[in-house]
Amino acid sequence: MTCRELIDFLMDYQAGELPAAQHASFEAHLKLCPPCVDYLRTYEETVKLGKGACADPDDAVDDQVPEELVQAILNARAKQ
Amino acid sequence: MHTATPSSAPPPDETALVAALRRGEEAAFATVVRMHGGRLLAVARRLLRDEDDARDALQDALLSAFRGIDGFHEGARLSTWLHRIVVNAALMKLRARKRRPEDPIEGLLPQFLEDGHRAMAAGDDSPWTEPAETLLQRREARALVRSAIDRLPEGYRTVLLLRDIEGLSTEETARSLEMTPNAVKVRLHRARQALRTLLDPHLRTPPV
Repeated sequence: MTCRELIDFLMDYQAGELPAAQHASFEAHLKLCPPCVDYLRTYEETVKLGKGACADPDDAVDDQVPEELVQAILNARAKQ
Repeated sequence: MHTATPSSAPPPDETALVAALRRGEEAAFATVVRMHGGRLLAVARRLLRDEDDARDALQDALLSAFRGIDGFHEGARLSTWLHRIVVNAALMKLRARKRRPEDPIEGLLPQFLEDGHRAMAAGDDSPWTEPAETLLQRREARALVRSAIDRLPEGYRTVLLLRDIEGLSTEETARSLEMTPNAVKVRLHRARQALRTLLDPHLRTPPV
């Protein structure tokens, strides 16, 4: 397995969806290729960062509904 | 709390709030807009990247939710139900936009040599300095990641947001975007790789 193939198969590997033979080749490649170990680790960190960066309640202060929009929504509902 | 978190039992006062919405009480509508609107507007902003479109989507979603409150199932979480409605409203806006040629993503994907090994530049093998859990405690780091997500080409960004951030399944994302599940998986993998590329220079130890 090459680095290109390993990166192509990375998401299936994480999901446990690789066939046994490919799974074994994937892990054999990792044992010999520190840059791919690093890529796998930083890919996993990227997924965590994406999920965490948009979910933190401390950032919600930026997400208040402007009062004029509150009123516009309530007025539109009253007309329904 | 993240709105896409699977629901547990609704809080005790939510049942009363839903009952008041069903009775058409004006104060209940105002409570919902103020209690949930901020989080829902953030979802619409993330998907649409346009303030006017995001506000329109929020209004469309809440009006639709108020009209359809009888379809809300007892025992579900109002926040989860509203989240799904605003995602759908934002996706309708995205689909209605004039289609533009997609920005290429290839420049953000890993580069390989002819023999299939990865082409590495100087400093590519230095480690990321801190784990995600530590980085996420800092507001500026969270802002950096959100800004990198915003830089992804739209078709990839939308898939990443729906799958990794808003918590839709591959099948739900495929239905929402009128794509095959396999196309969703390919796009998600490329979007994650591109996001990694954008974050990488910010997170590595500077070469000594």
